[in-house]
Amino acid sequence: MALNITDIKRIAHLARLEINEQEASQTLTKLTGILGLIEQMQAVDTAGITPMSHSQDVVQRLREDVVTATNQREAFQANAPILGNGSAEKAVDSGLYLVPKVIE
Amino acid sequence: MINGSLKNLSQMLAKKEISSVEMTQTFLDRINKYNPTINAYVALDANKTLAQAKAADVRIANGTAEPLTGIPFAQKDIFCAKGWQTTCGSKMLANFVAPYDAHVITQFDNAGAVNLGKTNMDEFAMGSSNETSYFGGVKNPWDFDRVPGGSSGGSAAAVAARLCAAATGTDTGGSIRQPASLCGFTGLKPTYGLVSRYGMIAFASSLDQAGPMAKSAEDCALMMNVMTGFDERDSTSLNRPKEDYTRGLGNMQGTQPLKGLRIGLPKEYFADGLDANVAKVVQEAIAEYRKLGAVTVDISLPNSQLSIPVYYVLAPAEASSNLSRYDGVRYGHRAAEYDDLMDMYMKSRAEGFGAEVKRRILIGTYVLSAGYYDAYYLKAQQIRRLIADDFTQAFKQCDVIMGPTAPSTAFKAGEKADDPVAMYLQDVYTIATNLAGLPGMSIPAGFSNGLPVGLQLMGNYFDEARMLDVAHAYQQVTDWHTLIPNLDKPNLVLPEGKV
Amino acid sequence: MEWEVVIGLETHTQLRTKSKQFSGASITYGAQPNTQADEVSVALPGVLPVLNKQAVECAIKFGLAINADIPARSVFSRKNYFYPDLPKGYQISQFELPVVGKGAVTIQVPAVGKNAAYEKVINITRAHLEEDAGKSVHGAVEGMSGIDLNRAGTPLLEIVTEPDMRSAAEAVAYAKKLHELVQWIDICDGNMQEGSFRCDVNVSVRPKGQEKFGTRREIKNLNSFKFMTQAIEYETRWQIETLEDGGTIQQATVLFNPDTGETKAMRSKEEANDYRYFPDPDLLPLEVTAADKARVQATMQKSQNEEYLRYVNDLNMFPDDARAITSSRQIYNYFESVLAELRKIAVPTATQTQDNANAKSVANWVINTLGSYLNKTNLDISESPVRPEQLAKMLSKIFDNTISNNAAKQVFEAMWMGEGEADAIIEAKGLKQESDSGAIEAILDEVLKANPAMVEEFKAGKEKAFNALVGQAMKASKGKANPAQVNDLLKKKLAF
Repeated sequence: MALNITDIKRIAHLARLEINEQEASQTLTKLTGILGLIEQMQAVDTAGITPMSHSQDVVQRLREDVVTATNQREAFQANAPILGNGSAEKAVDSGLYLVPKVIE
Repeated sequence: MINGSLKNLSQMLAKKEISSVEMTQTFLDRINKYNPTINAYVALDANKTLAQAKAADVRIANGTAEPLTGIPFAQKDIFCAKGWQTTCGSKMLANFVAPYDAHVITQFDNAGAVNLGKTNMDEFAMGSSNETSYFGGVKNPWDFDRVPGGSSGGSAAAVAARLCAAATGTDTGGSIRQPASLCGFTGLKPTYGLVSRYGMIAFASSLDQAGPMAKSAEDCALMMNVMTGFDERDSTSLNRPKEDYTRGLGNMQGTQPLKGLRIGLPKEYFADGLDANVAKVVQEAIAEYRKLGAVTVDISLPNSQLSIPVYYVLAPAEASSNLSRYDGVRYGHRAAEYDDLMDMYMKSRAEGFGAEVKRRILIGTYVLSAGYYDAYYLKAQQIRRLIADDFTQAFKQCDVIMGPTAPSTAFKAGEKADDPVAMYLQDVYTIATNLAGLPGMSIPAGFSNGLPVGLQLMGNYFDEARMLDVAHAYQQVTDWHTLIPNLDKPNLVLPEGKV
Repeated sequence: MEWEVVIGLETHTQLRTKSKQFSGASITYGAQPNTQADEVSVALPGVLPVLNKQAVECAIKFGLAINADIPARSVFSRKNYFYPDLPKGYQISQFELPVVGKGAVTIQVPAVGKNAAYEKVINITRAHLEEDAGKSVHGAVEGMSGIDLNRAGTPLLEIVTEPDMRSAAEAVAYAKKLHELVQWIDICDGNMQEGSFRCDVNVSVRPKGQEKFGTRREIKNLNSFKFMTQAIEYETRWQIETLEDGGTIQQATVLFNPDTGETKAMRSKEEANDYRYFPDPDLLPLEVTAADKARVQATMQKSQNEEYLRYVNDLNMFPDDARAITSSRQIYNYFESVLAELRKIAVPTATQTQDNANAKSVANWVINTLGSYLNKTNLDISESPVRPEQLAKMLSKIFDNTISNNAAKQVFEAMWMGEGEADAIIEAKGLKQESDSGAIEAILDEVLKANPAMVEEFKAGKEKAFNALVGQAMKASKGKANPAQVNDLLKKKLAF
């Protein structure tokens, strides 16, 4: 499963990471090396083996349906990023987080 | 005082030989002196720290002190601590001030411990040298040209350089044990689920586990008493009765305290790729264990060499998803200039994450993407089970497994920074226990060319108390763990007679 | 060419809980932006999810209600995509192993034109637990959207059907049935305006007789049955016309615009999605044991269908009335309350037959009379100014012959207007009917004397004349005479 530069750009886009041509080709070299390491797995016959997601065989604990949280909007929005594009304001307005217009 | 065990420090405080404020100030002074060079801490706030010390002194005075009350600890910058800058070593979170406390932080606070500051780390805990930190590398206190290991490199350097009484770390593939080995102290990664992950910034959720980084097994045991325990906010936190991890330490006296202990030696851990000098030190340590009454058993962990490939599928896959929340919308880095929503995402994330983090996000995204899931992710999860089953078989033949922690001693800064595959091989001996969810430990076992070598102990699930006993027994008859680097002559560190 | 439309539905039902799916934040509707967004809803670094017990019980209830397979273990997965209202960059959902497996719902498709009404079984593929996203608010700041995460993490059960529906009417009948059901079992408030019940409709067309499905387009987020009908009809026409014009259908997500009545592909969904599902390592497998199912079953009331059958078979109610009563938990509760009140008032000697006859009449009053008042005023039955106990008292006055059905209508009107209880109104308006046979006979004698022609007609075999005489008698009594008694006595008098 050899990677190519198109794959790199596709996954970079999926992961929302801007990448230029030079970075893409460097990344291709490094990721090819890492995938070479990973490729060792393919030699193992894993037919019939149950995948292991968790190290302990325990089941989900359930939370009682009670409201425990209080309004912490101000504390949380103190960490809001700077709006950018010329504005040094925090990216919040009337309690809302501001982002470039969402197109549906 | 700076070399005192937690027990000694606690006694000094109890006897009022020193106040917590004075003790804390001593460490702060050392930090002020050495941290500009070593770069172990990324956030310090003397006012907050001393306020905690004052509160601790009140507890000591009014008789409500607990074993760790008043003792200054360093906290890895992966734990959210209310009011503290919490960066996870990333530009992405460089301005993030946590509005809540991680469970581990709450546990230390409740115990009356003092938080000296937040320690440097590889960005989002991805690295084995601390070189991926946005805040710069950390010096290995034994040799400033060398790395302290990672990802808990700041905590490691802080413990080794005595810039704290002890520190916390987290271990996803070896991030407590490998730096413990490279910096020469004792570190323990507990069974997955013993320490709540709530408030600990996620790297690979099914592997991440916090643990103590300290001067001795005894110190680790005292810290385990504080760090472990059920937390209903973490679905993977195990609801088990509280344990006293110091309970067996007192029995490790006499000539053969470990009589009957079966130590498994996996042949795969002594094969190609292990530095000969490191191998020698490890063998000598095992010989010491035989003197303590233990017997050694040759075992095999046949799938252990697959742990690196499996890990580099599972950990990046989980990380790629865990790190999606850093999108510049609600907190964290947002690009200064952007055209539209897509552009804001692409730029903010490209700027906010460093090269290694981006690499792992890309690998993780790739292995989970349509058409590749079965060949990579599912396959890795299946082999993960084979690796765990190897341990189940092995623990039928032995009580504890021993081997090297890392394949070499501390390497030079920059040596592997541009070769991810070489860097990944640093964790070849530590990753398997993360995959299986088993406890692992590294203890100082000697030196090779003036650099510390760690012996790794791996135990069965929930067998931390026994592992601590086993480590403690060794530390009763050896003094490797008591040796400290000379920070004023850091490159001339061959301790006398201990070369 | 004759075309066939194929429709499948995915319905998001907001579960009746107090707190979110994975955290203790409130889900109350309409709060100030982000005031119900706790650290988990905002996805701060380091936070973790813990599953809501009530949401799981709702899912089990639904599974039991549709006789579905409820597997012993189900798994939560992450659906990864970037969107500003999705704070973690992934939605926690269930993918390979959902909490509810295959089940079925029987729908009643109403008659349309010359097509008779019919029943149809719609197969449910699965139902899975997941969390809702937040909301984007537009227009507050020029060129920007505002993100409100109050809704983020709200518990949802997504119910997915097989592509079993073949018309907009079937799709709407299914959606209505499901809407009734989730309210009947009390797992969802059914409030479509607030988005508690939203449907995504997959529509494709194929030449009639062809086995292979056509390419489908998904109409997102329909929150009214009227829009659903319009959207499906438009979409179907559009697809058929496109194909007949030689075009092809591209798989797409579309939105329905109620103003234009048209569907249009969403720009944001143009990019092919690769959600990179994988099991969420922060959550463990959800276990549902036989004991869990039994415990939930014990809390569940009789099903709609059980009650429908009891009404039709035991109480001799008209099927349409029985269906209407069991169409909603609220109507059912109202009706049952009236019956219960009536039993309290009823004379102890009342026979089962009378009781059944009463039920039939109660149903008629609730569905037709009360129903039309509610319709006219656009009120919900829970907001009815006439309470069940008031209606019961009034009905008891019909059953014990104190008032006639016609008089009762006046009483009901007065009660609706808030003029008091039935007794007082009957008294005030003098609506008590004449049941004294002596008095009625006196009236009849007058009527017979005054209308000899009608009497002759009757004797000549004209049945109609009898009714005319009854009418005259009722008129003479100013509507107060008991009509049944008038009938009986008149028969006797004419039988000489």
